[in-house]
Parts: sequence; C-alpha cells; structure tokens
Amino acid sequence: MDITALKIRDMRTMLDKKEISAAELTDAYLDRIDKTDGSLESYITVTADEAKAAAVKAQQVIDDGNAGVLTGIPLAIKDNICTDGIKTTCASRILENFVPPYNATVMEKLNAEGIVMLGKTSMDEFAMGGSTQTSAFKKTKNPYDQNRVPGGSSGGSAAAVGASLCAAALGSDTGGSIRQPASFCGVTGLKPTYGRVSRYGLVAFASSLDQIGPVAKDAHDCAIILNAISGYDYHDGTSAKLDVPDFTAKIGQDIKGIKIAMPKEFYAEGIDSDVREAVENAAKWYEQQGAVIVECSMPSLKYAVAAYYLIASAEASSNLSRYDGIKYGHRSETGDSYSDLVCNSRSEGFGDEVKRRILLGNYALSSGYYDAYYGKAMALKQKIREEYAEIFKGCDVILTPTAPTVAYGVNENISDPAKMYQADICTVTVNIASLPAISTTCGYDKDGMPIGMSIIGKHWDEASVIQAADAYEKQFAYQPAKI
Amino acid sequence: MSAYIPVIGLEIHAELLTKSKVFCTCSAEFGGDKNTRCCPVCSGMPGTLPIINQTAVEYAVKAGFALGCDINKFSTFDRKNYFYPDLPKAYQISQLYLPLCINGLVPIEFEENGEKKTKNIRINRIHLEEDAGKLIHDDLNGVSLADYNRCGIPLIEIVTEPDIGSAEEAKAFVEKISLLLQYAGVCDCKMEQGSLRCDVNISIMKPTDTEFGTRAEIKNLNSIKAIGRAIDFEIYRQAKLLDMGKRVVQETRRFDDNRGETKSMRSKEDAHDYRYFPEPDILQVNFTDEDLDAIREKLPEMPYKRLERYLADGLNETDAKIIVNKKILSDFFDEAVKTYSNPKSICNFLIGELMRRINLGEIELEKLPFSAEGFAKLVEMADTDKVSKNDAKDVFRTMCEKGGDPEEIAKAAGLLITNDTGKVLEVIEEVLAANDKAVAQFKSGDQKVFGFLMGQCTKALKGVCTPKVIKEELENKLKSI
Repeated sequence: MDITALKIRDMRTMLDKKEISAAELTDAYLDRIDKTDGSLESYITVTADEAKAAAVKAQQVIDDGNAGVLTGIPLAIKDNICTDGIKTTCASRILENFVPPYNATVMEKLNAEGIVMLGKTSMDEFAMGGSTQTSAFKKTKNPYDQNRVPGGSSGGSAAAVGASLCAAALGSDTGGSIRQPASFCGVTGLKPTYGRVSRYGLVAFASSLDQIGPVAKDAHDCAIILNAISGYDYHDGTSAKLDVPDFTAKIGQDIKGIKIAMPKEFYAEGIDSDVREAVENAAKWYEQQGAVIVECSMPSLKYAVAAYYLIASAEASSNLSRYDGIKYGHRSETGDSYSDLVCNSRSEGFGDEVKRRILLGNYALSSGYYDAYYGKAMALKQKIREEYAEIFKGCDVILTPTAPTVAYGVNENISDPAKMYQADICTVTVNIASLPAISTTCGYDKDGMPIGMSIIGKHWDEASVIQAADAYEKQFAYQPAKI
Repeated sequence: MSAYIPVIGLEIHAELLTKSKVFCTCSAEFGGDKNTRCCPVCSGMPGTLPIINQTAVEYAVKAGFALGCDINKFSTFDRKNYFYPDLPKAYQISQLYLPLCINGLVPIEFEENGEKKTKNIRINRIHLEEDAGKLIHDDLNGVSLADYNRCGIPLIEIVTEPDIGSAEEAKAFVEKISLLLQYAGVCDCKMEQGSLRCDVNISIMKPTDTEFGTRAEIKNLNSIKAIGRAIDFEIYRQAKLLDMGKRVVQETRRFDDNRGETKSMRSKEDAHDYRYFPEPDILQVNFTDEDLDAIREKLPEMPYKRLERYLADGLNETDAKIIVNKKILSDFFDEAVKTYSNPKSICNFLIGELMRRINLGEIELEKLPFSAEGFAKLVEMADTDKVSKNDAKDVFRTMCEKGGDPEEIAKAAGLLITNDTGKVLEVIEEVLAANDKAVAQFKSGDQKVFGFLMGQCTKALKGVCTPKVIKEELENKLKSI
C-alpha cells in the first residue's frame, strides 16, 4: 500500500492505531518528493529537516494520547503564507531571500494542531496568474501530463496534492487560484467565505478578495483542514466574529431536495464542450439523487472579468508598493538616488505579469481615470453581489464549470494576457461576491485530463458545498495521476 | 503695493495622545531608541494587516466635538499611495471620502490695529490617519537612515475652510485649536516636538475680484511665530508678483526660518497623484447615537465652560481669560483652589506674583519647582495673617528659587507670625525705654515720631505678629504712659 495516496482521515486512523509512525509517513512523502519533484517542480522550498523534527514531536503527542485530527499529517503550504524563520518568496525575485520573523495566523493554528510542514509550494508570482508559469523559481507541471500547466496561482499546492507529494495543502484564492488549479490537477479545492479564515500573514495580492483555503484529495479532507484554520483573528480586522461550525457536520446527509442553480451564462460560448458536458452530466446525477435543478441567469457575468482585473490590480498596485528594496527583499546594485534605487530594484525584482498588473492598477486609480475604471468596477461588484443574492433566493447552491477548459500546454496562452484573463470567467465572481465555493473533479476528457466543477454556496455556508461535493465524490470513479 | 485680500486655509496635523499606535499595539510615546518601537505591522512587513485602535477613533471624535463638528456615523478609511522611505507600506492609511468629523466652527479672538476682534473659522473636516517615520540624513557618511518609531502614531488632520484673512487670525486660530485639543485631552500640542504641525494654503485677491487667486501651500511650519512670518512673507511675495504683472504659480513651498522666506519645493506638475482608494483591510466605523453620547460625556471641561465657572467664582474677566487660555496654568489654578478654596485670592497671587516671575523668565510654567498645593498654602498663610502680605512675596521668591514648603521657609526666615502678645508688650516696652526722648516728643504732641517708634517695633517684632497688632499695642501703650 502506498501510504502517500491515503486520505487524511485514513492516515489518522493508521497513526492512532500505531500502524505507521509520523516519521514513516513524513519520510514516505520526502522520498516521493525526492524522486518526482525534480521534474514536477511543485515545491520552491522543501523543509526536510524541520519536517522530520516536527514528525518526532507529533509522534510524542500521538504516543501521549493527545493527538488531534491533524497531528502528524504532512502538509504543504503555498509560498505566499508567512512561515516564521522559513523563506517565503511569493515566487518572486524581489522576495527571493525573504525570511518572515513571524507566522501567519493559519500557520499558528496548524502548528498548534501538530502538523508536519513538508515545504513551501510554487505559485504564480505574487499569485498573479492561472498557470504557475509566472513563478520566478519553479514552473510547476501538471501531474496528469507534464507537458501541461497545473493551473494557478496555487499550482504548486494542487500539483503536490495531485501527485501525492503531501497529504493536503494550503492555497490562496483571489480570483480562482485554489479552485482552478484543483480542477486542472484533479483534486478538490475550497475557497471559504471572505472573512472565514484570517488573512494575517498571507502576503497580500488583492486584500478585498484574497482568502486562504485548503487543497486536498477530497471535500471531506478540505473540511477537516478548514475546521483547523477558520475563525476570528484579532490580527485581521476583516475576519468575521462568528462561531465556526463543524464543516464535516453535513457530510453524508441526504442531498434529496436540495436546489441547485445553473446560471446559463456559465454554460455559454467560450466553455469547451467537453467541460460543459461533464458538468451537465454531474447535474443529471444530482437530479437523479432527488436534487432540484433551477434555471437562472447572471446577466453581469460578461463584465465580471473586467471588473475583477480592475479591482484586483488596483489593490495589488498599492499592496506591492512596499517592495522598494529599502527594508527587505531584492535591492538593486545600481541607482544613486532614492527613486533610481527603487525603480531599479522593482524593475529587476518583479516579473512581467506582476509589472503589467501594477501598471494596470495604477492607471485605474489615477486621477482623472478613477471614476471611469475603478469606480465602474466597484459599481459592477455591487451589481454582481445583487445578482447572486437574487439567485440564492431560489436555490441552496450554484453549480458551474471551474474553468472553461482542461489544463493547457505549458507554452500556450502565456503571450496573450487578455485570453489568460478571460479564462478566469468561471471563478472571479465568487471572490467579488465574497462567497464560498469548492471545486471537485466531475470527469475526464478524451486525453484523461481532469475536468472540474464548482459548487458555490451562500455566505458562511461552506458546509453545504462540502456536503454536495462529497456526495458526488463518493460515487465518482476517480482516476489518480500516474506519476 | 496695491491692496490685496489674503485668503488663507490651514491644515493642522495633531498627534493623538493614545498609549499605542493607530494600527498596531506598539507604544506611541515620543522618542525612544531608534527602531525600538516598531513591529511587523507598522514597519510594513509582507502579509501584515492593520487593526484599528478604538481609542484613536474616540480621540478623533472628541477633537470633533471640541471643534464644534458633526460626526459622521458611518466613516471609512482610504489609502493614500506614494513612495517615500519614511513610509514603509508606500501608502498612508487616511480618510478621504468619509472622514470622522465634518462642518466644525471655531471662534477666535485677535487684535487688529490695536482693536480687539472676533471671528468664526469654519472647519471643513477632521480625519484620522497614521504618521510616517523619520529620516536622519548623515551627510558625513553620505547615507540616509530611517527611524520607524513614529510610523503609525495616530494623527488627526484638521482642515479649515479658507476663512482666515491675516497672519494674526491664523496665529490666533492655531492657538485656539491647540487650546481646545489640550482641553479635550487628545493632543499635547507641542509644536517644537512636532506633535502639532501646520500647513498653510494661501492666495491673495483684489477686493474687486470674484474668484480666489492661485494658491501656494507652505509645508510644515513648526511654531506659531513661523506661521505668522511665513504668511506675511507670502502675502508680500505674491503681491509683488501681481504688482509686476506676473502670475502666482500653484506650488508647494517651504519656509526658511533663518531667512524668513518661503522657497519653492515642487510645482503642481510634480505634485503626487495619490491614487486614493478605499482601504480594504479596515472595516468601516459605525457609530450609534449612544456611542457618540458616551464619547461626548467623556469630553473634559472645555475652556468656555471653565471661563464660566471662574466668572461665577468671582474672578474678573481679564484674569479669568489669562488663566483659561493656558491649560497648564488653569489646571494649576484648579489644583490650588482644591487646597485653599478662595479662588479670588489664589487668582490675585497667581496673576500678581506667579505670572510676574514667569514673565521675568525666572521660572517656567511647565517646570514649576513647587506644587499647586504649596502655592495655595502660601496664599492662605498670607490671608490668615500667618505671614505678612509683604513677607509672603519673599517666601514665594524662595519657593521659586529652591522650591519647598512655604511654612518651613517662613519659619526658617523668621517670618512666621506667632501672635505672642507677651513678647509684643515686652518688645514695645524695651523699644520705648530705649527711646525715651522720642516718647517724650510724642507725648508733647509731636505725632510724627510715632512712625519712627512703629518702625523700631516692627523691626524687632518681625515674624511675631502683623504690623496691625503692633500699631494697636503701641498706641495703647503710648496712651497709658
């Protein structure tokens, strides 16, 4: 038996029954990383020594009979989540040697649970992209086909889970960055309601949209991790002062009678027929189980990508201004004046996609253009939120494709930013409306590439999307990546 | 030069007296070793987030109440983006669209051509924001160093309407604002330490003009005097330009205190585009009526209330205003009255003696060597004939020089009145015996020698009783001879 392919809860049972030790489990993953990640390139940093030490500590806790659900479970962390004393690069040259002096709140929580961190996963630079090809260090491949991209920006996390190089991982989702790579890599990714998980220590891309969430083998494992990382945090003023429910509570409950909406714009032109068919087949399965399919419409969807890129880039332009080479990060060797030094450090430190978005964001916020761009985008945000509210009056969850296509080739699209941006059409509205959504595999195309579907829930109702995804996963013929 | 009407608006930055910074828990105290009062949040480390200090919000609202503002029940924060090495996030969290306070009104009193005048200055807004760090330029080694201790100290920015018409009005306004903020307990207003800073927007226009002229902004004036001098110079500079048929350029200028001149810093073309947008990391501030009432109730006694109280206590208006217009003096006065509840008497000694010595530069109000309690005790001693009125001034001089308890000082100097009647009679008899010629002269009707005898007795009886008692006893004794 390959223990790296197990679900978290199965590992838990084996650890608790002493059928395996935390050290064996950790070593199994480290071996596998050693063998396969040279070509897959899902990790930027592998923290083997720290992982082994953590495994020893975890084993002690297990032996003392104090193990929690995640004690001794080897996880991977996206490299934009701050880890005390361990490099956090955001896959950018400008933070190439940045070692945070503090932990993100999610890391504090996971460490308290006794997890074993295997390392930091690759991503698109500063989470800007959908392919992990803008990473300055590791351009991760898809575990199903290494000539294809893993999606992004949490491509490293999704590929590592898909290739069983960790039990599960944390990603971050600003416009689909957990769900789309989960879909491309045939795994399950959950973007929680905005405010559910503290953003403290998540290096900001677009503050009003960013949210940390799990990438795992299935919805149940996602729920287990979400249980561990959720909750109000003093350090994040936008985290919600709400009690955290048990996200596994609705798992296994009958889905008969649940109302599933399918906004027609999500199934229109631009969505590959393979993808549309697979999601529609999943809808049929739900209907056969007694769910009710509701037709509905989201007229503003056609403006969503534009609104998203204006809001996200505007916030990013401001959030990334602090990387000036003065306090930390890359500092240019040249530049006699302050402004030259800052210009040179930033020119050398940022990649093209990041520069493009900084330019776009600054332009959108500039005096004289604000109303035409940022102002209009904010109005659209309001409109999209209203349209979701309207749809949710008649349904419990919404079903959409996660991406218009399956994973594409490593060299495709990269030179056509507009086309790349348009590919986010299925995911961005969820962030704009602060909603929770999960992506899980609903089929494979003729080449065996995974197709993902997204289930979107009402605010704070992660439990229902987990329930719906879990129900489908239980009957689904999963085909693991052959790697 | 032609006659022009100056049109002046002020932007005043005041540091709030909160214990911690506005978006993190670092100490907000002034000074400290370089970069010891900062953390990942205020030094702008990746991934950190601001947390709003509720006390800072409360203080800003208090300032709003003190300046007669309306409080926005719904208020939001915005980012002001610009690169500068003293600003580690490269943006300042401020308030552009919905500031905490709007529409205030501040009455000022000032003198113009020797005439007392009053005027109301409208406040456009007060918003809450964070201070930046400090740069230290080391010219010797050719480097600039950044100290982030000041990063994130809460600031309020008070913006006036262009209602100010002269340097005198501007100075009176800043003094009034400083007084109100100190009374509200939200700022110590030490311009020399930078806890109160002022920018001046100024243009001039002809009386016949219907539109304001082009304005210049003068940055970072750090004393009331500098504000007045900068405005006077700027009026002169702009008037000269217009008289020569030239135009005033819209620009930011700096005041050179040594030369008394303003100099161009940057033109409008070089002005920053701050690319303001709503701060996504901080939720909006919402107040209920109850919240605002609770804050208003916490507002300490304001100057006009104190003036009313002093007038009711019998102080005359001139004296009462002198006391009220310096919060530290007024607090000293109130403290003294707590020890000896005779406000008029305390006031007289305070205006007559304390202020005199302050004006002479012998003592500083901020660093008095004696307590309000000791001061009050001395006034009470003089009032109750424990020390003569004249000797009280001597005791006070010693207190100013060395500090100390008035009773002990008086005792040591032999000025304490014991009212020992036996001793008085004894001394009078001795004096009369030693001056039998003078006594004979008096008895023969020469009243003038009484003064001489009185003087001899007073000298010998210093600290035993008051001159009044000596006079009575001496008269009685002379009658009985």
